[in-house]
Amino acid sequence: MLVCISKTPDTTAKIAFTNNNSTFDTNGVTFIMNPTDEWYALVRAIEIKEQLGSGTVTVINVGPKENESIVIQKALAIGADNAVRIDATPDDAHFVAAQIAAHAESENYDIIFTGKETIDYNGSSIGGMVAELLNLPYISLANSLQLINTTTAAATREIEGGVEELEVDFPFVISAQKGMAEQRIPNMRGIMSARSKPITVLPPKAVTEFTAIIAYELPPARTQVKLIDPEHPEELIRLLHEQAKVI
Amino acid sequence: MSVLIYVNHNNDKIKKSTFETALYARKVAEMTNTNEVIAVSLGTISDSSLSVLGNYGVTKVLSDTNPLFDQFDAAVHSKALAKASQEVGAKTIVLSQNSNGKAIAPRLSIRLQAGLVAGATELPTILGNNFTVRKSVFSGKAFADIGILTPIKIVSLNPNSYPVVKGEGTAPVEAFNSGVTASDVKVRVKEVKTLTDSVPLPEAELVVSAGRGMKGPENWGMIEDLAQALGAATACSRPVADVHWRPHHEHVGQTGITIRPNLYIAIGISGAIQHLAGVNNSKVIVVINKDPEAPFFKAADYGIVGDAFEIIPKLTKAVKAFKAQNG
Ligand SMILES: Cc1cc2nc3c(=O)[nH]c(=O)nc-3n(C[C@H](O)[C@H](O)[C@H](O)COP(=O)(O)OP(=O)(O)OC[C@H]3O[C@@H](n4cnc5c(N)ncnc54)[C@H](O)[C@@H]3O)c2cc1C
Repeated sequence: MLVCISKTPDTTAKIAFTNNNSTFDTNGVTFIMNPTDEWYALVRAIEIKEQLGSGTVTVINVGPKENESIVIQKALAIGADNAVRIDATPDDAHFVAAQIAAHAESENYDIIFTGKETIDYNGSSIGGMVAELLNLPYISLANSLQLINTTTAAATREIEGGVEELEVDFPFVISAQKGMAEQRIPNMRGIMSARSKPITVLPPKAVTEFTAIIAYELPPARTQVKLIDPEHPEELIRLLHEQAKVI
Repeated sequence: MSVLIYVNHNNDKIKKSTFETALYARKVAEMTNTNEVIAVSLGTISDSSLSVLGNYGVTKVLSDTNPLFDQFDAAVHSKALAKASQEVGAKTIVLSQNSNGKAIAPRLSIRLQAGLVAGATELPTILGNNFTVRKSVFSGKAFADIGILTPIKIVSLNPNSYPVVKGEGTAPVEAFNSGVTASDVKVRVKEVKTLTDSVPLPEAELVVSAGRGMKGPENWGMIEDLAQALGAATACSRPVADVHWRPHHEHVGQTGITIRPNLYIAIGISGAIQHLAGVNNSKVIVVINKDPEAPFFKAADYGIVGDAFEIIPKLTKAVKAFKAQNG
């Protein structure tokens, strides 16, 4: 199994930009492993390995060296067996997906996991791109994954107002979200053993970028809240109708 | 040259998100000096339901009613959509960033070697060869302008980001043979379960949401009453879903779903940054909380400081009175 992990700013990070709004200001920002990659994709892969009593969980990250200490070590401490880091800056979804696909092509993984989406660029794109590049089936936004037998898995996928129950044969790509697994806190033994687990560093392959970030902007601040007398909630209804025009 | 859209439909009905993409595509067509907006529909649906798209700026519908498409497999849908795009020479393709769009758009991006902006919130800016689309980033805390560098562009539009105004016009529906066969289908859909009988949360224009301040699942009756009176969907904060007071699909926020309804009413929710990330693009936010210092008030347009257990029944009564008067 391969789990794609990304580095993102902490969920409470203050978002600001520099260089004329062209660059994300990382000053004072703590970085973490993207929550859905960690809590759902990685943990489910480890659970499946534990269930089977065999198998390997490899994590892959496209990013600079510092990502080894920020995200890769933690993934290894939680229970991944080894890691691959593609030494490049991840600026474009196609670039990242092509790096992951290039590595996966020769490795015959049975399942490739991603998280539902990263909390920084919110694209939800990497899984689908990797699947297409490798010509594999893709299950997006999955809340559960169970192995049925050695060839087939069952999954549920969230859709608007419902869920789909589906089956798919290995190998496939799946993006994981809430419901898939429970977050695991690495224990001392995990943290110690992570240090001796192998990290393979590979150079990026040349790939055309499809997109480029031109500029950022912060949303306009909301105007001051208008408080309404709790004894007169009908006043709120009037304002929502006449002023805000939403009902 | 044309702009292409992908039609989301269910039970012979086109979804509102498709009208948003149709009108968005109409505008992009005008900006790129082309007249054609072509809608591609896959799966079982009647021609009469599809021709309605003419009211939203679509000039032609291509419909492949092969029932294979009724069971969703992103690979099969993107293959058919790619074929249609190539046949009509589409330069821009617009989808909705919903559960199907999130699965199809990235596959299509690879098939057509076309740059994708996933989660667009505004119309593109087109200057010569520069095609830039604004999207929501950092979970609603900022926007980024993304330049698409490839000749073909794909825009996946966030639901509820583009206004729907019904216009005039008809769209002829033509049969389209995408050439997809049973052997292309790799994901086998066994069952589709409906979890709500009201409007699905991601598509809802009005949302009533509640948090830990409601004390326990037994108190959700008043939340549901209010939602029902308004015709709103219900949502909740993460801890509430974690302890199973409410189902997981109602959990909004950074690790739940992101919504941008016209009205979001937050009851007994403190307004943690991770919660706000999922809702702060809502057009109007109302906060009801007994703590005047609750951080949510800083992100709110309207607020009531007080005990939800006293306010909500009164508010529901006021909504009913309003509805009775305004039909
Ligand atoms: C990595 C990470 C990701 C997270 N993702 C999410 C997410 O996606 N979504 C999410 O919601 N949270 C998320 N959280 C959790 C988040 O930080 C908050 O803990 C959570 O949103 C708090 O939920 P709450 O507002 O319901 O509860 P509380 O913070 O306990 O707030 C309850 C509120 O109810 C009010 N209240 C109490 N009684 C009454 C009453 N009688 N009448 C009126 N008001 C009353 C209180 O004043 C208080 O403001 C995440 C946290 C982390 C660390």
